[in-house]
Amino acid sequence: MKMELIQPFINAADAVLSQGLKSPMAIDHLSMEEEAYRRKGVAAEIRLTGDIEGRVIFDLAPKTASIVASHFAGTELPESDDLVREAVCELANQVIGNAVATLNDQGFHFRVHPPELHTAEQGPKSTEDTEALVLCFETASGSVYMNIALRYNASLEVKAATGGR
Amino acid sequence: MEQFAAVKRSKDGQPVQYLIVDDSVFARKNLGRIVESFGGQVAGEAGDGLTAISEYERIKPDIVLMDITMPQMEGIEAAEKIVQKNPDARVVMVSSVGYQENIVAALQRGARHFVQKPVKPEVLYEVIKYVLGEDGAVASAAGAGA
Repeated sequence: MKMELIQPFINAADAVLSQGLKSPMAIDHLSMEEEAYRRKGVAAEIRLTGDIEGRVIFDLAPKTASIVASHFAGTELPESDDLVREAVCELANQVIGNAVATLNDQGFHFRVHPPELHTAEQGPKSTEDTEALVLCFETASGSVYMNIALRYNASLEVKAATGGR
Repeated sequence: MEQFAAVKRSKDGQPVQYLIVDDSVFARKNLGRIVESFGGQVAGEAGDGLTAISEYERIKPDIVLMDITMPQMEGIEAAEKIVQKNPDARVVMVSSVGYQENIVAALQRGARHFVQKPVKPEVLYEVIKYVLGEDGAVASAAGAGA
């Protein structure tokens, strides 16, 4: 996965989280996920199709999800509240939407699918052509994980290799 | 949340009525809180484009705040259908997917404005005043009460 694909997601996460939580955030660590994805708490998945394909998962420990959702809602939400899960989906939607806007303006065209709650404990293992990158953002409310598994669409790669012919 | 000078309907001094369309309950609640801080009233909500069309006909709100990425029918198509039937409808797209193509498509198909998520209340406030034009009045200036 090239950095040109990842940077817009980092920038968007920074913008959305910093604004919503009204405090700065930092990247705590960045790693390639070689094993199967394991959910950490409340997770929302968004699929992308088009010139770039794959999925991005936002994952927060239940307590962090509750604190973050409460910040975004402007009112205290208990961990069990459905709105906490909704908030994580909306957070994912905003970050990915903003990143996609940047990528689209760079000439990539794709469709963003509505967010879905990721309820399975474990996801598929990343493959050679769809390796997963895990970013951990450290915020004042706790760690926010973004698991990105994207690849260029095969037809786009053929187009690039043949010089657009 | 910051409070803004209330924006009322200039014809009767009543609160501006909003239809909020977003597949996320959380986003709808958040937008609802924001428009209430402008002195507005949430007259209805919808979670997809199809429901938005029927809710518009039922409520005839002053302003529709419409997301783009939604199941069943997306926001741009719903906005177009609403405006085709109701040329005076004021639809403001509110979406995180704010790339140029989407913005242009929304405006060409009848939306009056586009607001990028995450929504900054002060930005939406200015957009609402702009979209209402002479049909809206800031309460303190118009003396219509807060």
